[in-house]
Amino acid sequence: MLEVEAGAKTTLHFTLNGKPVQAEAEARMQLADLLRHVLKQYGTHVGCEHGICGACTVLIDGRAVRSCLIFAAQVEGATVTTVEGLAGDNGELNDLQLAFRKHHALQCGFCTPGILASATQFLSEHANASERDIRDMLSGHICRCTGYTGIVEAISATAQNRKSRDKKQTSTEKDE
Amino acid sequence: MKPAPFKYVRADSVEEALSVLAKFGDDVRVVAGGQSLGAMLNMRIVTPTIVLDINRIIGLSKIESGADIVTGAMVRQADALSNSAIRRHVGLLAQALPHVGHYQTRNRGTLGGSVAHADPSAEIPLVLATLGGEIELRSARRVRRVAAKQFFRSALVTIRGGDELVTALHWPRASSDLDAAFFEFAVREGDFAIVAVACAFERGARRMRLGFGGCGEVPHVVEVSAPSGTNANWVEEIARELSKQLDFRSDLLASANYRRSLATVLARKAMIASIEKARAYA
Repeated sequence: MLEVEAGAKTTLHFTLNGKPVQAEAEARMQLADLLRHVLKQYGTHVGCEHGICGACTVLIDGRAVRSCLIFAAQVEGATVTTVEGLAGDNGELNDLQLAFRKHHALQCGFCTPGILASATQFLSEHANASERDIRDMLSGHICRCTGYTGIVEAISATAQNRKSRDKKQTSTEKDE
Repeated sequence: MKPAPFKYVRADSVEEALSVLAKFGDDVRVVAGGQSLGAMLNMRIVTPTIVLDINRIIGLSKIESGADIVTGAMVRQADALSNSAIRRHVGLLAQALPHVGHYQTRNRGTLGGSVAHADPSAEIPLVLATLGGEIELRSARRVRRVAAKQFFRSALVTIRGGDELVTALHWPRASSDLDAAFFEFAVREGDFAIVAVACAFERGARRMRLGFGGCGEVPHVVEVSAPSGTNANWVEEIARELSKQLDFRSDLLASANYRRSLATVLARKAMIASIEKARAYA
Protein backbone atom coordinates (compact mmCIF):
# COMPACT_ATOMS: atom_id res chain seq x y z
CA MET A 1 0.00 0.00 0.00
CA LEU A 2 1.27 3.46 -0.91
CA GLU A 3 0.08 6.47 1.06
CA VAL A 4 0.80 10.07 0.08
CA GLU A 5 -0.48 12.62 2.59
CA ALA A 6 -2.38 15.67 1.32
CA GLY A 7 0.18 18.30 0.38
CA ALA A 8 3.10 15.85 0.59
CA LYS A 9 5.08 14.72 -2.43
CA THR A 10 5.85 11.25 -3.69
CA THR A 11 8.84 10.25 -5.80
CA LEU A 12 7.86 8.57 -9.05
CA HIS A 13 9.77 6.42 -11.49
CA PHE A 14 8.46 5.76 -14.96
CA THR A 15 9.53 5.64 -18.58
CA LEU A 16 8.89 8.79 -20.61
CA ASN A 17 9.49 8.61 -24.34
CA GLY A 18 11.87 5.71 -23.95
CA LYS A 19 13.94 7.20 -21.14
CA PRO A 20 13.65 6.44 -17.43
CA VAL A 21 12.62 9.48 -15.41
CA GLN A 22 12.33 10.28 -11.73
CA ALA A 23 10.07 13.09 -10.59
CA GLU A 24 8.29 14.42 -7.54
CA ALA A 25 4.57 14.99 -7.51
CA GLU A 26 1.92 15.99 -5.02
CA ALA A 27 -0.94 13.50 -4.57
CA ARG A 28 -3.45 15.69 -6.41
CA MET A 29 -1.18 16.58 -9.34
CA GLN A 30 -2.53 15.55 -12.74
CA LEU A 31 -0.18 13.75 -15.11
CA ALA A 32 -0.62 16.62 -17.62
CA ASP A 33 0.78 19.07 -15.07
CA LEU A 34 3.65 16.77 -14.15
CA LEU A 35 4.61 16.56 -17.83
CA ARG A 36 4.40 20.30 -18.43
CA HIS A 37 5.30 21.98 -15.15
CA VAL A 38 7.79 19.54 -13.68
CA LEU A 39 9.29 17.71 -16.66
CA LYS A 40 9.00 20.72 -19.01
CA GLN A 41 7.59 18.66 -21.84
CA TYR A 42 5.31 21.24 -23.42
CA GLY A 43 4.13 19.08 -26.33
CA THR A 44 1.18 17.85 -24.28
CA HIS A 45 -1.49 20.55 -24.35
CA VAL A 46 -4.09 21.20 -21.69
CA GLY A 47 -7.50 22.34 -22.82
CA CYS A 48 -10.61 21.65 -20.78
CA GLU A 49 -9.16 19.71 -17.83
CA HIS A 50 -12.21 17.50 -17.55
CA GLY A 51 -11.70 14.91 -20.23
CA ILE A 52 -13.83 16.39 -23.01
CA CYS A 53 -11.47 18.16 -25.44
CA GLY A 54 -8.83 15.43 -25.84
CA ALA A 55 -5.89 17.86 -26.21
CA CYS A 56 -3.94 16.32 -23.30
CA THR A 57 -4.24 12.71 -24.57
CA VAL A 58 -1.00 10.72 -24.19
CA LEU A 59 -0.12 7.03 -24.49
CA ILE A 60 0.17 5.12 -21.22
CA ASP A 61 1.40 1.58 -21.78
CA GLY A 62 0.32 1.96 -25.41
CA ARG A 63 -3.18 3.20 -24.70
CA ALA A 64 -4.50 6.69 -25.45
CA VAL A 65 -5.56 8.24 -22.15
CA ARG A 66 -6.52 11.73 -20.95
CA SER A 67 -3.58 13.01 -18.92
CA CYS A 68 -5.88 15.46 -17.10
CA LEU A 69 -7.94 12.59 -15.66
CA ILE A 70 -5.09 10.56 -14.27
CA PHE A 71 -2.94 11.54 -11.35
CA ALA A 72 0.81 11.61 -11.72
CA ALA A 73 1.14 9.15 -8.82
CA GLN A 74 -0.80 6.59 -10.89
CA VAL A 75 1.85 6.22 -13.62
CA GLU A 76 4.51 4.79 -11.27
CA GLY A 77 6.27 2.09 -13.29
CA ALA A 78 4.34 2.81 -16.49
CA THR A 79 5.54 3.68 -19.98
CA VAL A 80 4.33 7.10 -21.09
CA THR A 81 4.65 8.39 -24.65
CA THR A 82 3.91 11.99 -25.59
CA VAL A 83 4.19 13.74 -28.95
CA GLU A 84 7.87 14.36 -28.17
CA GLY A 85 8.37 10.59 -28.33
CA LEU A 86 6.81 10.04 -31.76
CA ALA A 87 9.54 11.52 -33.93
CA GLY A 88 12.86 9.72 -34.43
CA ASP A 89 15.96 10.52 -32.34
CA ASN A 90 17.16 12.99 -34.94
CA GLY A 91 13.80 14.78 -34.87
CA GLU A 92 12.65 13.16 -38.09
CA LEU A 93 8.84 13.05 -38.21
CA ASN A 94 7.25 9.60 -38.33
CA ASP A 95 4.92 8.47 -41.13
CA LEU A 96 1.78 9.59 -39.30
CA GLN A 97 3.22 13.04 -38.60
CA LEU A 98 4.35 13.40 -42.22
CA ALA A 99 0.84 12.48 -43.36
CA PHE A 100 -0.57 15.19 -41.08
CA ARG A 101 1.71 17.70 -42.77
CA LYS A 102 0.92 16.50 -46.27
CA HIS A 103 -2.88 16.46 -45.78
CA HIS A 104 -3.06 19.78 -43.91
CA ALA A 105 -4.40 17.96 -40.88
CA LEU A 106 -3.52 20.82 -38.56
CA GLN A 107 -3.68 24.56 -38.49
CA CYS A 108 -3.08 26.01 -35.03
CA GLY A 109 -1.80 22.66 -33.77
CA PHE A 110 -3.32 22.82 -30.30
CA CYS A 111 -5.30 19.57 -30.64
CA THR A 112 -2.66 17.75 -32.71
CA PRO A 113 -0.48 16.10 -30.01
CA GLY A 114 -3.56 14.47 -28.49
CA ILE A 115 -4.90 13.32 -31.84
CA LEU A 116 -1.50 11.86 -32.76
CA ALA A 117 -1.51 9.85 -29.52
CA SER A 118 -4.99 8.45 -30.20
CA ALA A 119 -4.22 7.76 -33.87
CA THR A 120 -1.02 5.92 -32.90
CA GLN A 121 -2.93 3.39 -30.79
CA PHE A 122 -5.86 3.31 -33.21
CA LEU A 123 -3.69 2.48 -36.25
CA SER A 124 -1.94 -0.29 -34.33
CA GLU A 125 -5.35 -1.94 -33.80
CA HIS A 126 -7.18 -1.06 -37.04
CA ALA A 127 -5.11 -1.85 -40.11
CA ASN A 128 -8.27 -1.60 -42.25
CA ALA A 129 -9.91 1.38 -40.60
CA SER A 130 -12.93 2.80 -42.40
CA GLU A 131 -13.70 6.49 -42.41
CA ARG A 132 -16.54 5.72 -39.99
CA ASP A 133 -14.08 4.05 -37.54
CA ILE A 134 -11.66 6.97 -37.79
CA ARG A 135 -14.41 9.52 -37.21
CA ASP A 136 -15.70 7.52 -34.24
CA MET A 137 -12.22 7.57 -32.66
CA LEU A 138 -11.86 11.29 -33.49
CA SER A 139 -15.09 12.11 -31.67
CA GLY A 140 -12.92 12.10 -28.56
CA HIS A 141 -11.00 15.15 -29.80
CA ILE A 142 -12.07 18.69 -30.48
CA CYS A 143 -10.41 20.54 -33.38
CA ARG A 144 -11.71 24.02 -34.19
CA CYS A 145 -9.52 24.71 -37.23
CA THR A 146 -9.71 21.91 -39.75
CA GLY A 147 -13.26 20.59 -39.82
CA TYR A 148 -11.55 17.17 -39.40
CA THR A 149 -11.41 16.42 -43.14
CA GLY A 150 -7.62 16.66 -43.36
CA ILE A 151 -7.21 14.67 -40.14
CA VAL A 152 -9.36 11.83 -41.45
CA GLU A 153 -7.40 11.83 -44.72
CA ALA A 154 -4.03 11.79 -42.95
CA ILE A 155 -4.97 8.84 -40.71
CA SER A 156 -6.56 6.97 -43.57
CA ALA A 157 -3.52 7.54 -45.81
CA THR A 158 -1.18 6.31 -43.05
CA ALA A 159 -3.22 3.11 -42.72
CA GLN A 160 -3.05 2.59 -46.51
CA ASN A 161 0.68 3.31 -46.69
CA ARG A 162 1.47 0.92 -43.86
CA LYS A 163 -0.57 -1.79 -45.53
CA SER A 164 1.18 -1.48 -48.87
CA ARG A 165 4.56 -1.24 -47.09
CA ASP A 166 3.78 -4.45 -45.15
CA LYS A 167 2.70 -6.17 -48.36
CA LYS A 168 5.92 -5.19 -50.09
CA GLN A 169 7.93 -6.46 -47.16
CA THR A 170 6.15 -9.80 -47.20
CA SER A 171 6.72 -10.22 -50.94
CA THR A 172 10.40 -9.30 -50.58
CA GLU A 173 10.74 -11.89 -47.82
CA LYS A 174 9.14 -14.46 -50.12
CA ASP A 175 11.57 -13.59 -52.92
CA GLU A 176 14.46 -14.14 -50.56
CA MET B 1 -9.12 23.50 -12.47
CA LYS B 2 -7.17 21.51 -9.94
CA PRO B 3 -8.52 19.19 -7.28
CA ALA B 4 -8.55 20.29 -3.67
CA PRO B 5 -5.76 18.57 -1.69
CA PHE B 6 -6.45 14.95 -0.79
CA LYS B 7 -4.52 12.04 0.60
CA TYR B 8 -3.73 9.44 -2.06
CA VAL B 9 -3.83 5.80 -1.03
CA ARG B 10 -2.96 3.04 -3.47
CA ALA B 11 -4.23 -0.36 -2.37
CA ASP B 12 -2.45 -3.45 -3.62
CA SER B 13 -5.16 -5.88 -2.52
CA VAL B 14 -8.91 -5.91 -1.89
CA GLU B 15 -8.19 -6.42 1.84
CA GLU B 16 -6.10 -3.26 1.97
CA ALA B 17 -8.80 -1.28 0.19
CA LEU B 18 -11.46 -2.61 2.57
CA SER B 19 -9.41 -1.69 5.64
CA VAL B 20 -9.17 1.91 4.38
CA LEU B 21 -12.92 1.99 3.70
CA ALA B 22 -13.68 0.46 7.13
CA LYS B 23 -11.69 3.18 8.83
CA PHE B 24 -12.58 6.26 6.81
CA GLY B 25 -15.89 5.33 5.07
CA ASP B 26 -17.62 8.31 3.52
CA ASP B 27 -14.47 10.46 3.58
CA VAL B 28 -13.08 8.20 0.85
CA ARG B 29 -13.65 8.31 -2.89
CA VAL B 30 -12.61 5.17 -4.73
CA VAL B 31 -10.95 5.80 -8.09
CA ALA B 32 -11.29 3.04 -10.68
CA GLY B 33 -10.98 4.45 -14.23
CA GLY B 34 -11.48 7.98 -12.95
CA GLN B 35 -13.17 9.19 -16.14
CA SER B 36 -16.05 10.71 -14.16
CA LEU B 37 -14.40 11.10 -10.76
CA GLY B 38 -11.31 12.81 -12.24
CA ALA B 39 -13.48 15.51 -13.81
CA MET B 40 -15.52 15.91 -10.60
CA LEU B 41 -12.34 16.26 -8.55
CA ASN B 42 -10.88 18.79 -11.00
CA MET B 43 -14.05 20.86 -10.81
CA ARG B 44 -14.17 20.41 -7.03
CA ILE B 45 -17.69 19.03 -7.23
CA VAL B 46 -16.28 16.46 -4.80
CA THR B 47 -13.55 17.15 -2.24
CA PRO B 48 -12.80 13.87 -0.48
CA THR B 49 -10.22 13.54 2.28
CA ILE B 50 -8.85 10.36 0.73
CA VAL B 51 -8.70 9.13 -2.86
CA LEU B 52 -8.37 5.34 -2.80
CA ASP B 53 -6.82 3.94 -5.99
CA ILE B 54 -7.82 0.34 -6.80
CA ASN B 55 -6.08 0.21 -10.21
CA ARG B 56 -3.25 -2.01 -8.97
CA ILE B 57 -5.49 -4.72 -7.53
CA ILE B 58 -4.85 -7.42 -10.10
CA GLY B 59 -7.71 -9.67 -9.01
CA LEU B 60 -10.31 -7.05 -9.94
CA SER B 61 -9.57 -7.12 -13.68
CA LYS B 62 -10.74 -10.66 -14.38
CA ILE B 63 -13.62 -11.70 -16.61
CA GLU B 64 -14.98 -15.09 -15.55
CA SER B 65 -17.38 -17.13 -17.57
CA GLY B 66 -19.49 -19.48 -15.43
CA ALA B 67 -23.24 -19.63 -14.79
CA ASP B 68 -23.04 -15.83 -15.00
CA ILE B 69 -20.41 -13.75 -16.72
CA VAL B 70 -18.61 -12.10 -13.82
CA THR B 71 -16.59 -8.99 -14.51
CA GLY B 72 -14.22 -7.65 -11.85
CA ALA B 73 -14.84 -4.04 -10.92
CA MET B 74 -11.65 -2.89 -12.66
CA VAL B 75 -12.40 -4.42 -16.08
CA ARG B 76 -11.83 -1.57 -18.55
CA GLN B 77 -14.62 -0.77 -20.98
CA ALA B 78 -12.26 -1.23 -23.96
CA ASP B 79 -11.29 -4.70 -22.71
CA ALA B 80 -14.93 -5.67 -22.15
CA LEU B 81 -15.70 -4.55 -25.70
CA SER B 82 -13.09 -6.88 -27.18
CA ASN B 83 -13.83 -9.82 -24.86
CA SER B 84 -15.28 -12.86 -26.64
CA ALA B 85 -17.30 -14.13 -23.63
CA ILE B 86 -19.01 -10.75 -23.32
CA ARG B 87 -19.65 -10.53 -27.05
CA ARG B 88 -21.13 -14.01 -27.08
CA HIS B 89 -23.04 -14.12 -23.79
CA VAL B 90 -23.77 -10.49 -22.87
CA GLY B 91 -24.56 -9.19 -26.33
CA LEU B 92 -26.61 -6.27 -25.02
CA LEU B 93 -23.55 -4.93 -23.18
CA ALA B 94 -21.40 -5.35 -26.29
CA GLN B 95 -23.98 -3.31 -28.24
CA ALA B 96 -24.10 -0.57 -25.61
CA LEU B 97 -20.35 -0.18 -24.95
CA PRO B 98 -19.47 1.72 -28.14
CA HIS B 99 -21.86 4.44 -26.88
CA VAL B 100 -19.99 4.80 -23.58
CA GLY B 101 -17.82 7.94 -23.67
CA HIS B 102 -15.13 7.91 -26.33
CA TYR B 103 -12.45 5.54 -27.63
CA GLN B 104 -9.95 7.28 -25.31
CA THR B 105 -12.12 7.24 -22.16
CA ARG B 106 -13.05 3.56 -22.71
CA ASN B 107 -9.31 2.79 -22.56
CA ARG B 108 -9.38 3.81 -18.93
CA GLY B 109 -13.02 3.78 -17.78
CA THR B 110 -14.26 0.63 -16.07
CA LEU B 111 -17.52 -1.32 -15.86
CA GLY B 112 -17.54 -1.29 -12.06
CA GLY B 113 -16.74 2.40 -11.81
CA SER B 114 -19.61 3.33 -14.09
CA VAL B 115 -22.05 1.26 -12.02
CA ALA B 116 -20.75 2.63 -8.70
CA HIS B 117 -20.97 6.19 -10.06
CA ALA B 118 -24.64 5.65 -11.08
CA ASP B 119 -25.18 8.44 -13.55
CA PRO B 120 -28.87 8.36 -14.61
CA SER B 121 -28.01 8.40 -18.32
CA ALA B 122 -25.06 5.97 -18.19
CA GLU B 123 -25.28 2.96 -20.47
CA ILE B 124 -23.58 0.29 -18.31
CA PRO B 125 -25.94 0.62 -15.31
CA LEU B 126 -28.87 0.60 -17.74
CA VAL B 127 -27.76 -2.66 -19.36
CA LEU B 128 -27.06 -4.30 -16.00
CA ALA B 129 -30.53 -3.33 -14.74
CA THR B 130 -32.25 -4.43 -17.96
CA LEU B 131 -30.62 -7.85 -17.85
CA GLY B 132 -31.43 -8.30 -14.15
CA GLY B 133 -27.75 -8.42 -13.16
CA GLU B 134 -26.23 -8.10 -9.72
CA ILE B 135 -23.56 -6.07 -8.00
CA GLU B 136 -21.10 -7.73 -5.64
CA LEU B 137 -20.23 -5.57 -2.64
CA ARG B 138 -17.52 -6.35 -0.14
CA SER B 139 -16.68 -4.82 3.19
CA ALA B 140 -14.30 -5.95 5.92
CA ARG B 141 -17.39 -7.54 7.56
CA ARG B 142 -19.25 -9.25 4.73
CA VAL B 143 -19.80 -9.97 1.07
CA ARG B 144 -23.22 -9.43 -0.46
CA ARG B 145 -24.82 -9.44 -3.86
CA VAL B 146 -27.47 -6.85 -4.63
CA ALA B 147 -29.81 -6.84 -7.63
CA ALA B 148 -29.31 -3.84 -9.90
CA LYS B 149 -32.97 -2.97 -9.29
CA GLN B 150 -32.20 -2.39 -5.59
CA PHE B 151 -28.71 -0.98 -6.06
CA PHE B 152 -29.54 2.30 -7.83
CA ARG B 153 -31.41 4.63 -5.46
CA SER B 154 -31.23 8.03 -7.12
CA ALA B 155 -28.97 10.07 -9.39
CA LEU B 156 -25.37 9.26 -8.32
CA VAL B 157 -26.74 7.53 -5.20
CA THR B 158 -26.56 3.79 -4.62
CA ILE B 159 -27.20 1.39 -1.79
CA ARG B 160 -23.43 0.91 -1.26
CA GLY B 161 -22.41 1.49 2.35
CA GLY B 162 -19.45 3.77 3.12
CA ASP B 163 -17.33 0.76 4.11
CA GLU B 164 -18.20 -1.25 0.99
CA LEU B 165 -16.38 -1.67 -2.32
CA VAL B 166 -17.99 -2.74 -5.60
CA THR B 167 -15.81 -5.76 -6.41
CA ALA B 168 -17.65 -7.41 -9.32
CA LEU B 169 -20.67 -7.33 -11.60
CA HIS B 170 -22.70 -10.45 -12.37
CA TRP B 171 -24.19 -10.49 -15.87
CA PRO B 172 -26.76 -13.22 -16.53
CA ARG B 173 -25.56 -15.36 -19.40
CA ALA B 174 -27.97 -14.81 -22.28
CA SER B 175 -29.81 -17.95 -23.34
CA SER B 176 -29.58 -18.75 -27.01
CA ASP B 177 -33.11 -17.46 -27.56
CA LEU B 178 -32.41 -13.94 -26.37
CA ASP B 179 -32.33 -11.12 -28.87
CA ALA B 180 -31.21 -7.71 -27.75
CA ALA B 181 -31.02 -4.18 -29.07
CA PHE B 182 -29.70 -0.88 -27.75
CA PHE B 183 -30.42 2.63 -28.99
CA GLU B 184 -29.68 6.06 -27.64
CA PHE B 185 -29.77 9.65 -28.73
CA ALA B 186 -27.13 12.18 -27.69
CA VAL B 187 -26.41 15.65 -29.03
CA ARG B 188 -22.81 14.75 -29.84
CA GLU B 189 -21.11 11.39 -30.08
CA GLY B 190 -19.82 10.36 -26.65
CA ASP B 191 -22.05 12.81 -24.79
CA PHE B 192 -24.46 11.65 -22.15
CA ALA B 193 -27.56 10.26 -23.80
CA ILE B 194 -30.71 12.35 -23.56
CA VAL B 195 -32.58 9.04 -23.63
CA ALA B 196 -31.24 5.49 -24.02
CA VAL B 197 -33.32 2.32 -24.44
CA ALA B 198 -32.19 -1.28 -24.05
CA CYS B 199 -34.35 -4.23 -25.03
CA ALA B 200 -33.92 -7.94 -24.28
CA PHE B 201 -36.44 -10.22 -25.97
CA GLU B 202 -36.85 -13.90 -25.10
CA ARG B 203 -38.02 -15.51 -28.30
CA GLY B 204 -39.53 -18.65 -26.77
CA ALA B 205 -41.39 -17.07 -23.84
CA ARG B 206 -42.09 -13.94 -25.88
CA ARG B 207 -41.07 -11.93 -22.86
CA MET B 208 -39.49 -8.56 -23.33
CA ARG B 209 -37.51 -6.49 -20.86
CA LEU B 210 -37.19 -2.84 -21.74
CA GLY B 211 -34.80 -0.54 -19.90
CA PHE B 212 -34.97 3.24 -20.11
CA GLY B 213 -32.00 5.47 -19.27
CA GLY B 214 -32.08 9.25 -18.89
CA CYS B 215 -35.72 8.99 -17.83
CA GLY B 216 -35.78 9.81 -14.13
CA GLU B 217 -33.04 9.28 -11.58
CA VAL B 218 -32.30 5.57 -12.06
CA PRO B 219 -32.60 3.03 -14.89
CA HIS B 220 -36.26 2.14 -15.29
CA VAL B 221 -36.96 -1.45 -16.35
CA VAL B 222 -40.32 -2.87 -17.40
CA GLU B 223 -41.30 -6.33 -18.50
CA VAL B 224 -43.92 -6.84 -21.17
CA SER B 225 -45.13 -9.97 -22.89
CA ALA B 226 -45.29 -9.79 -26.63
CA PRO B 227 -48.36 -11.35 -28.31
CA SER B 228 -47.42 -13.86 -30.98
CA GLY B 229 -47.44 -12.50 -34.48
CA THR B 230 -46.40 -9.15 -33.05
CA ASN B 231 -47.06 -6.36 -35.47
CA ALA B 232 -46.02 -2.75 -35.74
CA ASN B 233 -49.26 -1.48 -34.14
CA TRP B 234 -48.66 -3.44 -30.99
CA VAL B 235 -45.12 -2.14 -30.71
CA GLU B 236 -46.32 1.42 -31.23
CA GLU B 237 -48.95 1.06 -28.48
CA ILE B 238 -46.55 -0.43 -25.97
CA ALA B 239 -43.91 2.22 -26.65
CA ARG B 240 -46.46 4.98 -26.17
CA GLU B 241 -47.94 3.38 -23.05
CA LEU B 242 -44.55 2.82 -21.40
CA SER B 243 -43.23 6.28 -22.04
CA LYS B 244 -46.40 7.66 -20.39
CA GLN B 245 -45.46 5.87 -17.17
CA LEU B 246 -41.98 7.37 -16.99
CA ASP B 247 -40.90 10.44 -15.12
CA PHE B 248 -39.37 13.05 -17.44
CA ARG B 249 -37.84 16.36 -16.52
CA SER B 250 -36.97 19.39 -18.54
CA ASP B 251 -33.39 20.60 -18.43
CA LEU B 252 -30.95 22.58 -20.56
CA LEU B 253 -30.69 19.76 -23.08
CA ALA B 254 -34.30 18.84 -23.66
CA SER B 255 -37.85 19.45 -22.51
CA ALA B 256 -39.83 16.73 -20.73
CA ASN B 257 -42.11 16.42 -23.77
CA TYR B 258 -39.19 15.99 -26.11
CA ARG B 259 -37.73 13.31 -23.86
CA ARG B 260 -41.06 11.48 -23.77
CA SER B 261 -41.31 11.53 -27.53
CA LEU B 262 -37.69 10.35 -27.84
CA ALA B 263 -38.33 7.49 -25.39
CA THR B 264 -41.32 6.39 -27.47
CA VAL B 265 -39.34 6.42 -30.70
CA LEU B 266 -36.29 4.64 -29.26
CA ALA B 267 -38.43 2.01 -27.47
CA ARG B 268 -40.19 1.26 -30.74
CA LYS B 269 -36.89 0.99 -32.60
CA ALA B 270 -35.37 -1.29 -29.92
CA MET B 271 -38.42 -3.57 -29.86
CA ILE B 272 -38.60 -3.83 -33.64
CA ALA B 273 -34.85 -4.52 -33.89
CA SER B 274 -35.09 -7.31 -31.28
CA ILE B 275 -38.14 -8.87 -32.92
CA GLU B 276 -36.50 -8.73 -36.33
CA LYS B 277 -33.43 -10.50 -34.98
CA ALA B 278 -35.75 -13.13 -33.51
CA ARG B 279 -37.50 -13.55 -36.88
CA ALA B 280 -34.24 -14.64 -38.44
CA TYR B 281 -34.62 -17.85 -36.40
CA ALA B 282 -38.25 -18.49 -37.34
